[in-house]
Amino acid sequence: MPAALKEVRTRIVSVKNTQKITKAMKLVAASKLRRATDRIVQMRPYSTKLSEMLTNIISGTELDVPIAHAEERPLENVLFVIVTSDRGLCGGFNSNMVRLAKRTIEEEYSDLQKAGKISLMFVGKKGFDGLKRTEGANLRTEYQEIFKDLSFENAAVAAENVMDGFVAKEFDRVEVFYNQFKNQITQIPTRDQFLPIPKLEAPAEGEAQMKSDFIFEPAGGAIVQELVPKILKTKFYSYILDSNAAEHGARMTAMDQATDNAEELLKELKLTYNRARQAAITTEITEIVSGAAALNG
Amino acid sequence: MQVELITPDQTVFSGEATGIKLPGVNGSFEVLANHAPLISALGEGTVRINAKEGATTVTITGGFAEVLNNRVVVLAESVRKEA
Repeated sequence: MPAALKEVRTRIVSVKNTQKITKAMKLVAASKLRRATDRIVQMRPYSTKLSEMLTNIISGTELDVPIAHAEERPLENVLFVIVTSDRGLCGGFNSNMVRLAKRTIEEEYSDLQKAGKISLMFVGKKGFDGLKRTEGANLRTEYQEIFKDLSFENAAVAAENVMDGFVAKEFDRVEVFYNQFKNQITQIPTRDQFLPIPKLEAPAEGEAQMKSDFIFEPAGGAIVQELVPKILKTKFYSYILDSNAAEHGARMTAMDQATDNAEELLKELKLTYNRARQAAITTEITEIVSGAAALNG
Repeated sequence: MQVELITPDQTVFSGEATGIKLPGVNGSFEVLANHAPLISALGEGTVRINAKEGATTVTITGGFAEVLNNRVVVLAESVRKEA
């Protein structure tokens, strides 16, 4: 068999193997995606109820409670929380995030960057890989591995750390960068201001009237102080869950595409292989025929 | 009355109950049917739900409870079931 023929055959085998891998990864991502979306759905009653309680409390108490997490201060130190995935092979999922973070730093916070007042906190390895060379940034990786054991408790610890830092005036603004899960094929790289929280607003009159005779335990102001950190933790957890679902969605799409591409490639390779084989046979026949003719001649 | 015990990861309990004991921040208290509307912060401790079929006891690390129109919703950060 001529060398060219063998080469094509090896390539066909290798492409087929790669295709097997991408196909398997796609299936795994699909089942993980289902679990990830389930988690978001399970979390929803908790977070809706929590914010409902907050509205009930605010409409039930007349006083204006000062909340440490809502304090607006002049910007001196900023913290960015960058949520990415631990693993690659998920299309532009991580690189889009890194690009968005880089652009934001360059365009809006370049003064702070020069002064070394930007901190980056990473959730997920890939963000760290992409941004570890950012100049003048203080890198924090203590919560990088949340995705290894994704639970509310672990996310809450990270959220608490961020909130304590804000209250202790280590940073004056916290922004979270994460991929928002829209549907299986669409992820939206998003930045969201986590702290200070926007001012809480009392709900419309009618709604407030109906529910205003609650007993509060402990009374009014104190309960809000307890409730706000809980709501923030829940919000932080929802960023992470969103990103988790988006990651699996992105991987599923990327792997589906890769499988299709492999199929395309295989078609072409098979054509080349058959042509080469045909050519080899033709040459062989010509050789035999001319050899026989020479003997008979 | 209707009782729901919810954490961010799951719904732990949902159904009819005759009473529920809660670990309030200012001390433990019990809610029975037709209780007045109440919102309370909860500390660390045990929640005991008394239902007709028997009682369920879980340990929570803190959370909130809301009582409104014979419906009790308990939001706990994390829950550990006890035998």
